[in-house]
Amino acid sequence: MTKQKLVIVGNGMAPGRMLEHLFTLAPDAYDVTIFNAEPRVNYNRLMLSPVLSGEKTYEDIITHDDAWYASNGITLHKSAKVSGIDREAKTVTSENGITASYDKLVIATGSSPFIIPLPGKDLDGVLTYRDLDDVDKMLAAAKAGGRAIVIGGGLLGLEAAAGLKMQGMEVTVLHLMPTLMERQLDPAAGYLLEAEFVRRGIEVRTKANSHEILGTEDGKVRGIKLDDGTIIEASIIVMAVGIRPSTDLAKASGLDVNRGIIVGDDMRTSDPDIFSLGECVEHRSMCYGLVAPLYEMAEVIAANLTGAAATYTGSVTATKLKVTGVDLYSAGDFAEGEGREEIVLRDGAAGIYKRLVLKDNRIIGAVLYGETSDGPWFFDMLKKGTDVSAMRDTLIFGQAYQGGEPLDPTAAVAALPDDAEICGCNGVCKGKIVTAIKDKGLTSLDDVRAHTKASASCGTCTGLVEKLMVATLGDAFNPQAVKPVCGCTHHSHDEVRRLIKAKGLKTIAAVMQELEWTTSQGCAKCRPALNYYLVCDWPDEYADDYQSRFINERVHANIQKDGTYSVVPRMWGGMTSSKELRAIADVVDKYNIPAVKCTGGQRIDMLGIKKEDLPGVWEDLGKAGFVSGQAYAKGLRTVKTCVGSDWCRFGTQDSTGLGIKLEKFMWGSWTPAKLKLAVSGCPRNCAEATCKDIGIICVDSGYEIHFAGAAGLDIKGTEVLGLVKTEEEALEHVVALAQMYREQGHYLERIYKWAKRIGVDEIRRQIMDDADKRTAYFDRFVFSQKFAQVDPWSERVSGKDKHEFKPMATLSLEAAE
Amino acid sequence: MNVMSQTWVAIGDLTDIPILGARCVKNGDMTIAVFRTTDDQVFAVEDKCPHKNGPLSQGIVHDNCVTCPLHNWVISLETGQAQGADEGQVRSFPVKMDGETILLGLR
Repeated sequence: MTKQKLVIVGNGMAPGRMLEHLFTLAPDAYDVTIFNAEPRVNYNRLMLSPVLSGEKTYEDIITHDDAWYASNGITLHKSAKVSGIDREAKTVTSENGITASYDKLVIATGSSPFIIPLPGKDLDGVLTYRDLDDVDKMLAAAKAGGRAIVIGGGLLGLEAAAGLKMQGMEVTVLHLMPTLMERQLDPAAGYLLEAEFVRRGIEVRTKANSHEILGTEDGKVRGIKLDDGTIIEASIIVMAVGIRPSTDLAKASGLDVNRGIIVGDDMRTSDPDIFSLGECVEHRSMCYGLVAPLYEMAEVIAANLTGAAATYTGSVTATKLKVTGVDLYSAGDFAEGEGREEIVLRDGAAGIYKRLVLKDNRIIGAVLYGETSDGPWFFDMLKKGTDVSAMRDTLIFGQAYQGGEPLDPTAAVAALPDDAEICGCNGVCKGKIVTAIKDKGLTSLDDVRAHTKASASCGTCTGLVEKLMVATLGDAFNPQAVKPVCGCTHHSHDEVRRLIKAKGLKTIAAVMQELEWTTSQGCAKCRPALNYYLVCDWPDEYADDYQSRFINERVHANIQKDGTYSVVPRMWGGMTSSKELRAIADVVDKYNIPAVKCTGGQRIDMLGIKKEDLPGVWEDLGKAGFVSGQAYAKGLRTVKTCVGSDWCRFGTQDSTGLGIKLEKFMWGSWTPAKLKLAVSGCPRNCAEATCKDIGIICVDSGYEIHFAGAAGLDIKGTEVLGLVKTEEEALEHVVALAQMYREQGHYLERIYKWAKRIGVDEIRRQIMDDADKRTAYFDRFVFSQKFAQVDPWSERVSGKDKHEFKPMATLSLEAAE
Repeated sequence: MNVMSQTWVAIGDLTDIPILGARCVKNGDMTIAVFRTTDDQVFAVEDKCPHKNGPLSQGIVHDNCVTCPLHNWVISLETGQAQGADEGQVRSFPVKMDGETILLGLR
């Protein structure tokens, strides 16, 4: 039997979901061709807001990558907008001239943002908020700074406003109605929401009617004029006032179209071979803009494509706002009216507001603000029409207070019926998740997401899914699989690093405040980590906090078991001279230094120095030209070399010279963990470069760059980054690699562990193949070195941090009495 | 006279100690570490971790505790007690302020 041809117009979330169902039901029924007007694969549009705010990246929100299309044999035409459908010949044709014939066609053209027909709406800088291109434009505008005006105080508008604020713009929200999100929230919750936005420094103007968008002479936005004559200056204006179904194609093809493309309960349009789903359709006079109904439609079409007779009968929807730190949930109808009663709970201090609207002892509407964990429970009863008269008195307090002893949160989830909905976006009920966990032996959140889709869209039910996993798996499930930095926070190193940049946090106090540290001053684990991240990310602005550095980095020497210190001066590339050796000998004699040792990094270590003697030792070493070897630092340590082509009969290049150049270029830089380099002059590798953090093996044709070796707790040979021809290129590549590691590594994570986490291929791609990225890393390293290359020893010899090296007082009891 | 009573010795000014830092006071053979917290409280303990005699004055100070630089024991500055699972206590000394001057109580 030959396969039928299925053509899909549009590549949003709805058709992606439909195909998943189809491939599960009948993997070989259709040859699938997709036309996508956007130039990319399928991504999770619900997650645009976290991308805008910087909390996620585009890569994080891809739902179907190129490999998925390939492995399912789908032909995907990107940047191919369909211009016409020939229903007689059963073909579709795109603007760029691709024609495909179909047996069945699915139209999923989605919706487009509604543009208010104001004068000036076409000016450069008037944006909408719909796809990734819009986000990119907003991020570009945010870089330039200034004020953004968001027209529309609904779900999308508020998410855009919060995101732009996090990107550092001044933001004003203009909303026509008296309170925010009036379609989902009652005035009281709207007020709390407005107060929260104002607290974040976002200006909110309700009852604001826009009159005209003002432009500059060269056609750029410069502000907006309201009906009352107020003028607000702005560099961008984001219109987020609603969407309208995209129906042009369907209309031109002669299908029945009203507000949206009209479909029946079987999701067929007026042409039985053409289905439609998503935000472009109108079903029983309703158009939907939320994801849950679209997914229900997707399931119905997939079934009908395989010859079943499934029907869709409409959806009741619930809403959550995806702004970090704002908990808000609403469902159903909550207007006041005849025969309706309400139950309200307010806790002003905690910022909690809950309201349930009942009719005939059944919940018909729910608004929760500040504490939303009972949302799905209320929504479940709302959809089922559960009679709540028996629990009316305690209903508002939530599920934990119903009957008997209060339940702990896990027990509350365990007590839910099997058909209770956990994930609203994907319509996944409890029973399905529990069955998947048991039957497939799932142990991680990612597994559950992959198998059931629960919490895979907007992610707000993640907590519920985790509790369900705890209830099902017991101790076998560890919800903290993402390890927090330390006990002071629930954030992982990655999250902390990303948020420091996204929120522009530039002091340890700001990080702890904004990321809600649970201790007032952190601990000995997180403070040094935060100090490093801030030094690395804001080299010119952040003032290094010495009290957050481990003692070795605070006094620039290595503490020993008896409280004395060891001192290692730099010997560039391992080269030294009689003058230097004589100076070291003199220092050892003068300060009675008990032990002198050669290190593994080709330098000399003086051990057993009393702390009070450190400045004197450094002063004498400094006079001989020595600087700190930073043998104590989470930073560049040593560059080990062999004698190379200067002396060795096998040497192919000047390995000593390159080692010295690298060390002189990179000394003083702080890194997540210690960074040791080596340069060998030939593949005999006398400098042991193939077990270093970064190593270079010189060969006749150039320089082979290695990295991610280890010879400590773990033993591991290096990975090859690539071969370059000249010494300059070798230096540029090594420096760029070091900077990439500096920017992405977790504190105390050696380069080989970082490389394992990121992937050697990805590092190679960025450093070897992407010249722009490489140059950018290199430039950022050079910039940061301006502030890092100060010899800490000479600073202290000239008086810095004197208090570190002298007792505060020396008491003699006789004198005191 | 005064054999058993407290002797208060001026050891320096509050500003001699960095916030979240420590200075040492030599008292014969003993070293006493004097700490200053973010809210300008001052604590004094012997500069000797109950674990392996690490110099507590060199540790990181947080929430009225110090983490020893040698093996990360956390010691309460208020009581001298080791925190968490570790057991041990370091000798602590009373401190009082006379204006900006720190007075250390010795016996």
